[in-house]
Amino acid sequence: MSGSVVDNTVSSGNSSAAIPTDISGQILDLDEDDDLEVFSKDTTLTDGSSLNASMQTSSASMINQYKFEEEEEDADTKDIFVTVDNPESHVTAIETYITYRVETKTTRSEFDSSEFEVRRRYQDFLWLKGRLEEAHPTLIVHPLPEKFVMKGMVERFNEDFIETRRSALHKFLNKIAEHPIFSSSEDFKIFLTAGSGELTSHKKQGPGFLSRMGETVKAVAAAVRGVRSRPQEFTDMQEYVEAFSQKISSIDKVTQRIVREQKEYLEELKECGPTYALWSQSEEELAEPLKNVAGCVDKCCKETDEQVKHLNDHLIPVLHEYVLCADTLKAVLRRRDNIQADFEAKTEALATKKADRDADSKVLSLAWGSLVGRSPEEVKQQKQQKLKGEIKEMRDELDKTEDRLEWANNALKSDWTRWQKGMRTDLRSAFIDTAERNVSYYEKCLAVWESFLQSQRTDAEGNGNVDFS
Amino acid sequence: MSRTREVTLCSLYSLPVVFVGIKPPELKKTISPFALNFQLGNFADICIEYCDSVDQNLQMVEKGTSLLKKMEISVAEAEKRTGKNAVNMQETYTVYLIETRPVDAASEGTNPVPDSLWRRYSEFEQLRNYLLVTYPFLVVPPLPEKRAEFVWHKLSADNMDPDFVERRRVGLENFLLRVASHPDLSTDKIFYSFLTEENGWKETVFETGFQAKADSRLKALNATFRVKNPDKRFAEMKHYGDELQSVISQLLRVRARAADRLYGVYKVHGNYGRVFSEWSAIEKEMGDGLQSAGHHMDAYAASVDDILEEEEHYADQLKEYLFYADALRAVCRKHELTQYELEMAAQDLTSKKQQREELATGTIRTFSLKGMTSKLFGQETPEQREAKLKMLETQIEEGEELVKERNGECEEFVKSAWVDIERFKEQKDHDLREALISYAIMQISMCKKGIQVWNNAKECFSKM
Repeated sequence: MSGSVVDNTVSSGNSSAAIPTDISGQILDLDEDDDLEVFSKDTTLTDGSSLNASMQTSSASMINQYKFEEEEEDADTKDIFVTVDNPESHVTAIETYITYRVETKTTRSEFDSSEFEVRRRYQDFLWLKGRLEEAHPTLIVHPLPEKFVMKGMVERFNEDFIETRRSALHKFLNKIAEHPIFSSSEDFKIFLTAGSGELTSHKKQGPGFLSRMGETVKAVAAAVRGVRSRPQEFTDMQEYVEAFSQKISSIDKVTQRIVREQKEYLEELKECGPTYALWSQSEEELAEPLKNVAGCVDKCCKETDEQVKHLNDHLIPVLHEYVLCADTLKAVLRRRDNIQADFEAKTEALATKKADRDADSKVLSLAWGSLVGRSPEEVKQQKQQKLKGEIKEMRDELDKTEDRLEWANNALKSDWTRWQKGMRTDLRSAFIDTAERNVSYYEKCLAVWESFLQSQRTDAEGNGNVDFS
Repeated sequence: MSRTREVTLCSLYSLPVVFVGIKPPELKKTISPFALNFQLGNFADICIEYCDSVDQNLQMVEKGTSLLKKMEISVAEAEKRTGKNAVNMQETYTVYLIETRPVDAASEGTNPVPDSLWRRYSEFEQLRNYLLVTYPFLVVPPLPEKRAEFVWHKLSADNMDPDFVERRRVGLENFLLRVASHPDLSTDKIFYSFLTEENGWKETVFETGFQAKADSRLKALNATFRVKNPDKRFAEMKHYGDELQSVISQLLRVRARAADRLYGVYKVHGNYGRVFSEWSAIEKEMGDGLQSAGHHMDAYAASVDDILEEEEHYADQLKEYLFYADALRAVCRKHELTQYELEMAAQDLTSKKQQREELATGTIRTFSLKGMTSKLFGQETPEQREAKLKMLETQIEEGEELVKERNGECEEFVKSAWVDIERFKEQKDHDLREALISYAIMQISMCKKGIQVWNNAKECFSKM
C-alpha cells in the first residue's frame, strides 16, 4: 500500500465525502477535520448514503486506519456476533419466499442496543451486497450464494437447498462483520437492526435509477476504452486471479465427482450386507460369522454415508464460495481498471484542451467574430477566457479522479492482502477438516472390523481351534 | 514351505519373508494357500501364532494322507506356448509347471532339484473328469474357473492376461493340494501319474475309458426323473448346494460392482494431486503444503490397485466354493440316480411278480397286451402258459438279484457319500470362516492405509 499523501490543496466547496461514506467513530485515530475535504461531490460515483453522511476523513488516515485494524484484528477483539438461522416460509398473494432470522449481539457503541433480531430475505442480502460494492468498488465483498442452482434442478424450497443457502448467508454476514471497513457501513447497521418497514424505506433512498444508469454507461465506456498503463502489480493480480479461478473450479469439480463416485459405491455396498445375511440363513456353523460380517458391512455403509454428507456439507460449500470469490476478484480488478481508464481519458482530454489554448488563433473564429461585429482582439480574448475556465474545471475533475484512483488502488491492495490471508485460512481449515474426517471414517471402519476379528478369536479359543488373525 | 506359498505371501505384502525348515501345514484342515494372511504391523504376533498353528498341524500330519507325507506338490510357474491344435491351427496356450519333491529330503536341509513336468489346463480338466466318474460318491475338488467371470472393469477377462494366469496358477496348485489331501482321492494311481509321468499319461487315462463314462454321467445328471424315496439328508444337501451356489454368485456379483466403484473413488483423488500441484505454482506461502498434499493424494489413488488385487484372492476363495457347490450337487444327483435305478428295478420286479401271479391264478388284474390279444385271439395253450411262467420265474430271479445288487449299491453309495459330505462340510465351514477372517484383515489393512495417507495429508494441509 502506498503511503502517498493525498493532495489536500483541492479546493473545498462541496459537501460530503464520496468515498468512504460513513466511517463510524469506532475507528480510532480518526481525523475528524471537517475542513479537510479531499473528495468533493462526484456525481459519477453515486453515494446512496449521502443523506446519512456523517464523518469525513482523509483518505490517507483512512488507509492508515485500515492497516492498523488489520494488525489489531484477532478473535479476542471481536465485538459483534451475527447469526443467520431459522428459515421460515412466507406466503403472499403474489409470491412465496423464505426469510431468515438474523440475530446480532454487539458491544459497539454506535448500535443503540446490544441485541437485535430481524428477519431478512435473500433479496435483502442482495441489496446489502450491492450497496457495499457501490460504496467500495475496489474492495472485495464476500460472495453471496447464488440465486438459484440450475444443475440438479434443485427446488427453491428444498430443505437441503435452504440449509446450504442459510449457511452461506451466515458466512457472508460474518465476513462483512469481520471486515474493517464494511462492518462500519451504515447500510450494514441498518440491515442488522432495522424493522422491515424501516429497511424498505431506507432502500428507497438509494441513488435514482437514472443516475445508476449513467454510472453504468460511463463504466461501459471506460471498459471499452481500456487501460493504457496498468501498474505491474495489478497485472500480476489479474494473472493470479485467472489461474486461481481455474484451479479452484477444478478442485470444486473434482470434489463433486468424488461425492458422486462415493454415492455410487455406497449404493453397491448397501447390497453386500443383506447378501451375507441371506447366506447365513442357509448355514449352521457359518451362520454366526456371516451374520457378523453382514453387520460389519452395514455399519461401514453408515459410516460411508456420513462421510459423504460431511464432504457435501462442509468442503463443497467452501470451495464453491471461493469459486464465486474468483469472479468477485475479476470484477473488482475490472472496476479498478475502469477508474484508471477514466483517469487516463480525462488526462488526455485536459492535454488536448491545453493544446487548444496554446494554439494560434484560428481563422474561423476571427471570421465569425467579424460577422458578429467584434474585433479580432475581442474574439481572441473571449476565446482564451472560455478555455481558461474549461481547463480549470477539467483540472479539478482530473484531480478528483486521480485521488479516486489512488484511493481505489490502495484500498484494493490492502484488501487484497486481507483476502489472501482469509482465503488461506478458510481453505486450509476446510482441507484439514476433510482430512480429519477421512481419518475418522477409516478409524471407525477399522474398529468395526477389528471387533469382528475379536469375536472370531474368542469363538475359536472357545472351540479349541487356532485362529490366524 | 512350498515356494508358491512363499511367493504368494511375499507378493501380497512385499515382505522379504522366507520360511526355512517349516513343514507345509497339513492340509487336512484344508487351509487354502491364500488364507494365510498377515496383518500389517502385527507381524511378530502372527509369526508366533503361525508357528503355533504349524505345530498343531505337524501333529496332524500323522493323520494326514500318505501322499502328502511323501511329497511336496506345487505349481511353480506358468509359460506361454504356441503349437498346432487338433484342427491344425496355430494356437497360443499356457502350460503350468508341476513340481514334486520328496518331503524327507527337504526336511534334511538339502534341497534337491524337484521333479517337474508341464501340464496345460485341458489336462487338468481331463484328470478331474476322470476323478468325477471314478469316484461319483465323493465331492471332487473343483478347478479354477475356465473363463474369468464376475470381473469388474479394470480386471481383464482375457485368459492370456498375466494376472489371470497367475491367479489360475495358484488355483491349480490349490486343486492339486486338495486332491492330495483327500483320504481317498490321494491314493488314485492316475492322479499320481498325472503328477509324475510327463509322457504317456494321456494314453493311460484314456485307457480307463473314463471319457465314455463322463458323457453318460453328464447325460444322467441332466435327465429329469422322479425319485419316490430319496434319502432326506441328500435332498437337503442338494437344496443347500443350490442355495449356496445362488448366494455366492450374488455375492461375487455385488462385490465386483462395489470394487469397480471403489476404484473410481480412489482414482478421482488422483486429480487432486494434479490440481494441487498446478495450484501450488501460483501460491507463495501455500505452495509447499499444497504440493506435498498433492503427492499424498497421488499415493492414495495408487493404493487402490493393491487393495483390489488382495480382494481378488478373497473372490477366488468364494469362487472355489461356488464350484464346490456344483460338485456337492452332483453327488446328491448321483444318489438320486442310484435310488431311481433301484426303484425302477424294484418296480419292475413287482410287476413281473404280479404277472406271474395272474398267470398262475388265471386272473387278469392288470392290463396287458398279452391279455388283450388272448381275449381277442383266444386263450393260450397250457404249454404256452408253462413256458411263459418259466420265463417269468427266471426274470423274477434275475430281478431279485438286480434289486439286491442295486440296493447294495445304493446303501454303499449313501454310506461313502455321506462320510465325504460330512468331511466336506467341516472343510467348508473352516475354510469359509478363514476366508471371512482374511476379508476382515484386508479391510483393516485398507483402513490403516487410509488413516496413514489422510494423516499425512492433514499434516501437509496444516503447513499451507
